[in-house]
Amino acid sequence: MLIKLSGARVFDPTQNWNGEVRDIFMRDGRMVAEPEPGARIDETYSLPGRVIMAGAIDMHTHIGGGKVNIARMMLPEDHRRDLVERGEHTRSGCGCAAPSTLTAGYRYAEMGYTACFEPAMLPVNARQAHLEMGDTPMVDKGAYAMLGSDDFFLRMMVAQEDQRAINDYVAFTLNAAQAMAIKVVNPGGISAFKFNQRSLDLDESHVHYQGVTPRKVVLALARALEELSVPHPLHIHGCNLGVPGNVETTLDTIAASEGFPIHLTHIQFHSYGTEGPRKFSSGAARIAEAINNNPHVTADVGQILFNQTVTASGDSMAQHRNAHHGSPRKSVVMDIECDAGCGVVPFRYRDKNFVNALQWAIGLEIFLLTNDPWRIFLTTDHPNGAPFTSYPHLIRLLMDKPFRDEMFARIDPDAAALSTLGSITREYTLAEIAIMTRAAPARILGLQDCGRLGPGASADIVVYRDDANREDMFTKPEYVFKGGVRVVKDGKIQQVTWGNVHVVKPEYDRAIEKRVSAYYDRYQTISLNSLRVRDDEIPLLSNGAELRVHTCARHRGKP
Amino acid sequence: MTVSGDLKQLYYSETLAHNSMTTTHTSVCCGFCGLLCDDLTLEEQGGVLQVTAAGCARASSAFARVSGATDAQRSPRIKGHPTDLPTAIAAAAKILAGSQLPLFAGLGTDIHGMRGLMDLADHCGAVLDHMNATAKFRNILTVQGYGWVTTTFSEVRNRADLIVVMGSDVASRFPRFYERLVWPAEALFVPDLSQRKIVSVGTAQTAAAQSPEGVTPHHIPCGNADLPDVLAALRARFNGQGLAVTEVAGVPVSALDELAQQIREAQYAVLVWVAPDLDFPQAELTTQMIAGLLGDINQKTRAAGLPLGGNDGDFSADAVLIWQSGFPFRTSLASGKPDYNPHLYDTEGLLERDEADALLWVSSLDSRDARPETKVPTVVLADAGMPVDDDVAVWIPVATPGVDCEGHLFRGDKILALPLRAVIDTGLPTIKVVAQGILKQLESA
Ligand code: SF4
Ligand SMILES: [Zn+2]
Repeated sequence: MLIKLSGARVFDPTQNWNGEVRDIFMRDGRMVAEPEPGARIDETYSLPGRVIMAGAIDMHTHIGGGKVNIARMMLPEDHRRDLVERGEHTRSGCGCAAPSTLTAGYRYAEMGYTACFEPAMLPVNARQAHLEMGDTPMVDKGAYAMLGSDDFFLRMMVAQEDQRAINDYVAFTLNAAQAMAIKVVNPGGISAFKFNQRSLDLDESHVHYQGVTPRKVVLALARALEELSVPHPLHIHGCNLGVPGNVETTLDTIAASEGFPIHLTHIQFHSYGTEGPRKFSSGAARIAEAINNNPHVTADVGQILFNQTVTASGDSMAQHRNAHHGSPRKSVVMDIECDAGCGVVPFRYRDKNFVNALQWAIGLEIFLLTNDPWRIFLTTDHPNGAPFTSYPHLIRLLMDKPFRDEMFARIDPDAAALSTLGSITREYTLAEIAIMTRAAPARILGLQDCGRLGPGASADIVVYRDDANREDMFTKPEYVFKGGVRVVKDGKIQQVTWGNVHVVKPEYDRAIEKRVSAYYDRYQTISLNSLRVRDDEIPLLSNGAELRVHTCARHRGKP
Repeated sequence: MTVSGDLKQLYYSETLAHNSMTTTHTSVCCGFCGLLCDDLTLEEQGGVLQVTAAGCARASSAFARVSGATDAQRSPRIKGHPTDLPTAIAAAAKILAGSQLPLFAGLGTDIHGMRGLMDLADHCGAVLDHMNATAKFRNILTVQGYGWVTTTFSEVRNRADLIVVMGSDVASRFPRFYERLVWPAEALFVPDLSQRKIVSVGTAQTAAAQSPEGVTPHHIPCGNADLPDVLAALRARFNGQGLAVTEVAGVPVSALDELAQQIREAQYAVLVWVAPDLDFPQAELTTQMIAGLLGDINQKTRAAGLPLGGNDGDFSADAVLIWQSGFPFRTSLASGKPDYNPHLYDTEGLLERDEADALLWVSSLDSRDARPETKVPTVVLADAGMPVDDDVAVWIPVATPGVDCEGHLFRGDKILALPLRAVIDTGLPTIKVVAQGILKQLESA
């Protein structure tokens, strides 16, 4: 079946399509080149005045796994703000800060997102992440496995093992957890918290694993991913999250990578200075400058927006430290399996609160001062900065200077006085939005057939009305196609699909499995066979989803 | 519409020795309590399973009972009369179709069974409740109100130097708890395991808790119903507050002072409780007190709670319900939207008040028949080991995850979902297959 979308302005940065009017074609779920004249076209959509982009990709969103389900369980009062009725095609559920899996999938698709990546999958909790992602319809998914506070790795660091052994362990973990990338969270710090260390600076030694510092952990893992040619570089949630002055830590972390590619996640939470009367200030300009000057660095912002949400993080140390800021005041902190940890704290960001207001401004400053849209990604670190449903609002803040000024005028004046936001005139263009929400995440993840519209790509297509109010425009696309199937019309689900599971499977020396297996038998409470998520389990865990295995080769460099 | 994909036969059997008489299965994962031990060896003779290594008495009897069921026990029944599966499914569908408010209860199933039941419940507008929910709410309400600091099995095994058990003989519900988590051969961060201290408050521990050197846990006796008072006093003393009394519910304050000091000095104290054993009015005050104490301890040193569960698939059914609806048990889908009310949607209350007019009772794991008294038309999905009740409208024997079908269950610390395999093939349908069959009938009606 050949389908033609005709007359819209099309944005695909990988093709250098920057909004010129053109016709695009799909056949049997894939994009195809313009057919020979006279070819039979089965269906034509006439779309003058519309804007077309590839399906959007959320490269950092907490949609599945233990801590997300803890957040759901903790927040019945939040779900009650947005109970979702079952529909003709859709199941009942709930929205807001910690939506049900089903509702999350529907809402992502209704906003034009066709792929989502869970960034903090604990290897021991990998099945739960795959189960919840499996029950998240509509979108493709994948997850990043967490390493860096697990006992096996920290012991390797103490023993100063050869980098090749570390590479094997990293590759083994990617395979065993069915993961797309590796994330490190508060490097070594989650473990240190279990030994009653309450903070761990970049060059501070872990109390138990003597001599092991976050700097060494970051370097070993960043290097491993580079040497394994895993497309996505080390995904780093750095030390000192939320601590005033952590801008220095973040700049030092960039240096610590020694030129190996790294991705700094929710960098807004790591861009705080200590200037000003309240010893809390914006480090955004320095961070943006560092990103601009270091081509091996990418970042997503983790923008906060003013509303009720919940923070769910692997960083048990930081979450325990911040639990008293919780609103409503409750929190769950968990130490997990000599492997990792997590913490869940509900949070309400207020525009009249000095700190929250400045956090909001810092995020926007980072977006607007970072020059290269291929290296900065649009995230709220859902749900930590705000639920993903606020993306259209965030896009408007980036694209619409008068609107941004209006919002800026409402925030706490002391915070506003410390921000340069009002003087920044930049407005993101549609072409830049297409880069940062489509082409760039596909490139940084090594997804060959997503985030673009050229021939051969998956027919994941979003048709927007070109509304001057960009929030309205991005809230409710006219059509969304997933793999060639029209799944959304006028912002409502028409058909439910289930998406694929994206993974990488780098090669490694199987000798490492014997070591890990012996370690599991000696100390852990399951065997290695119970830990490992087998390929043939994926369809059962993930609702019939297929594994999409991506080659481990570098896709860096602009097209 | 249907969420779940097809259930496939996925698990290969790790079969070591094989002769015409006996087959040996190694590294079998046992689903008969929340510990999910994955180290069992089973011998199969004529389809009947016997635990020959690892395991415990509960596992031995459960594997033997489920695998040794008779053909009669494996036959679906309508009002006691044997029938075939399609007829039984049609009869079950008819009962649900005629119901204004069906109640899906028991819910002793694994993750995939629960996914199938959720599809069906959403279609029928059912209420979902679990046979262990009353006990589980002692924990759930505390998390929803306050939160807590918790830990998992391997952390306990490797890190805890002080384990305080409150109100429970843990081994009675989790037979290998002490063997596997407390007295292993070695631990990562407790170099000398003989120094690991066990204290029980309230119910005493049985012999399983003894250390390899024969040391029995230190016991602070009190009635379980006095635990809220005793723990409040412990918390006060931990925080250095004076008490006007010298004993609380028969417990000398000096004993609590001693325990408070042990907690302060521990590198990692673990407080263990088992909610079903806190069976007294306002038991949630106990879990709140524990959560509060954990919060206090963690201001300066490290401690964590271990609220053990996972029996009868309770964590598995609960987890699926939470991620698919947003809410734990006692959620009604009757209005088309999830409606969560722990005080309104309990099995006994709904039946006593004549609100539920049909019951789908599910218990597929360990032949536990915790059905409530009721006259409403009832469909039972039960493992083959369950004694058949011929008065029930529709009785459908189903496969048991980890015995005659594959599946996934959440472990008793909620962090691991472990795979269970079909050790033997009895041809019994899974709960998911039955739920999908009923749903198909209802959708085509
Ligand atoms: S302790 Fe529990 S999981 Fe382990 S063998 Fe016994 S019943 Fe099975
Ligand atoms: Zn995150």
